[in-house]
Amino acid sequence: MNWNKTLRCLLFTLPLLMIGAALPTPAHAQAMNTIHIEKSLYREVLVYEQDGERCMCFTRECRIGRQSCIILKDPHRFALNYARMMMAGALFTGAPPKRILIVGLGGGTLPMALAEVLPDAQIDVVEIDPAVARVAKKYFGFKEGPKMTVHEVDGRVYVKRAGREGKKYDLVMLDAFDHEYIPEHLLTKEFLTEVKSLLAPEGVLVANTFSSSRLYDAESATYASVYDKIFNLKRENRVIVARPAGLPDDATLRQKALEYAVPLRSFGVDSESLVSLFSRTPDWDVKARVLTDQYSPANLLNR
Amino acid sequence: MSQSLLTRAGMVTVYTIAFWSGFFVMGIELLGGRLLAPNFGSSIYVWGALIAVFMFALSLGYLAGGWFSQRNPGLLKLGLLLALAALTALPVIPLSGLPLENLAIAIPDPRFGSLCAALLLFLVPTFFSGMVSPYCVRLLVESEQTSGRRAGQLYFVSTFGSAAGTILTSFFFVLWFELNVIILAMIGLSLLLAILAAITRAQGNR
Repeated sequence: MNWNKTLRCLLFTLPLLMIGAALPTPAHAQAMNTIHIEKSLYREVLVYEQDGERCMCFTRECRIGRQSCIILKDPHRFALNYARMMMAGALFTGAPPKRILIVGLGGGTLPMALAEVLPDAQIDVVEIDPAVARVAKKYFGFKEGPKMTVHEVDGRVYVKRAGREGKKYDLVMLDAFDHEYIPEHLLTKEFLTEVKSLLAPEGVLVANTFSSSRLYDAESATYASVYDKIFNLKRENRVIVARPAGLPDDATLRQKALEYAVPLRSFGVDSESLVSLFSRTPDWDVKARVLTDQYSPANLLNR
Repeated sequence: MSQSLLTRAGMVTVYTIAFWSGFFVMGIELLGGRLLAPNFGSSIYVWGALIAVFMFALSLGYLAGGWFSQRNPGLLKLGLLLALAALTALPVIPLSGLPLENLAIAIPDPRFGSLCAALLLFLVPTFFSGMVSPYCVRLLVESEQTSGRRAGQLYFVSTFGSAAGTILTSFFFVLWFELNVIILAMIGLSLLLAILAAITRAQGNR
C-alpha cells in the first residue's frame, strides 16, 4: 500500500480515462499492460505491468490502490515502502522469530522475504481469497512448502481457532487492509486482544495500517487500549509495532538494524535509515473512541 | 358500499407499521452480519447464509400471516405480530456472545456454521416480521376492485421502509451507536407502534 503512488496512479489515470472516453482507442492501454484477470468470490484480481513493475490490483485501472508489487528486473527488491517498514518492525524489535503468522497474503512479498531472512521460521499465512493465493503463486513467485502454509479462511476465524488450540507465535503481521475496504472485524479491540493471546511471551505484533483520515485517531486509540506502548512508523503508510513484553530501547534497535543490514540490503531495505522511523510518541487524539465489535465503522471513518 | 375495516387513522397506522416492519427487518439483517463476523468472519458464505435465512423466514411468515388474517382480523392482532417480532429479536443480543462462539466450535465449516448461527438468531423474529405484510393487506382491502392497488401500496411502503432501514443503518447508525443500542432502539420503536395500534383500535377500528 502506497498513498503517494496511489495518488500518482489516480492523477495519471483520471485524465487518461477522460481522453479514453472520447477516443475509440484508450491511450492508457500502452502505459498499463494488464496481463491477467482472475475471477474471485470477492472481486477481480488484476495483474498488470507498468514502468518495469508488476502489481496486483483489485480494481480496473488500479484506481484505488496497488496491493502488492514486484520489480521485474529484480523481483527480490521491495517495490513498496510499507513492506520495508513491516520488515523493520518484524526484525528489529525482538529475538529472531521462529513461528510467524501473517494475515493477508497479497503477492506474498513479505512471507517470501521473511522465509529467506529466517530460513528456520515456520510461517502460516491466512488469506480469505483463494484467487489471491493462485495469483501470488503464478505471477509473483510465491511458493508454499514445508515451512510455508497458506490457510484459506477469514483472518478472524483463524485467530480465534488458533487461540483455542493454544497456538503461539513469535511474530504476527496484520496486512489485510486495502484502501478501498477494511474488514471491520479485523480492526476492533476484541480482535487485537485475541491476537495478543496468540503472542508468545516475547512476541511482536506488526500491523500495516492507515496514516490519514479520522480513522487514524480511532485506530491508534484501539491499539493503545490493548497494547500499552506501541511504535509508530510513518511514511506514506503507517506501521504499528507492539510488544506486550515491552519495547526495546534505541540502542537495541540500532544494534538489530546493524545485524540485519546485510541480509536486508538485497531487498532494497536501508536498515539504518529505518531506525529513525520508530517513534514512541503518541501523536493521535488519545480520547478518540475505541473501535469494538459493537462499534466498528472503520470504513465510514476512513474518508 | 365500502367494507373497510378501518378509519382513516387506522389506515395510516397500518401503513406506518408496514413501513416500520420493512425497516426493522433490513436493519436487523445488516447488523446481523456484524454480529456473526467475530465468530464466522465476513466471507461471502456468511452473507449468503444470512440473506438465505431472512428470505426463508420471510417466506414462511408470509404464508402464516395470510392464514392468520382469515379469522377476525384487526389492528390489535397486527400490533401483537409487531410486538412478537420485536420481543423475539431480543435474545439476539445475549445469543450473539458465548452461544455463537460455542456454535462456531461445534460447526467449524464456514457455510453451515454461519447458516446455523443465522437460523438460531434470526429465524423466529423474521418469521413474525413476514407475517405483518399479508396481515396488513387484509386490513387495508375494502373491495375486490381495490385489492391490487392496496397490495401495491403496501408493497411500496414496506419495501421503501426496507430501503430506508438498510441505508440509515449502514450509513449512519453504525457510525453513531453500538450494535446493541441500535437493536434495542428498534425493538423499542416496534413496541411503541404496537401500542399505537392498540390505541387506534380503541377509536372505532376493528
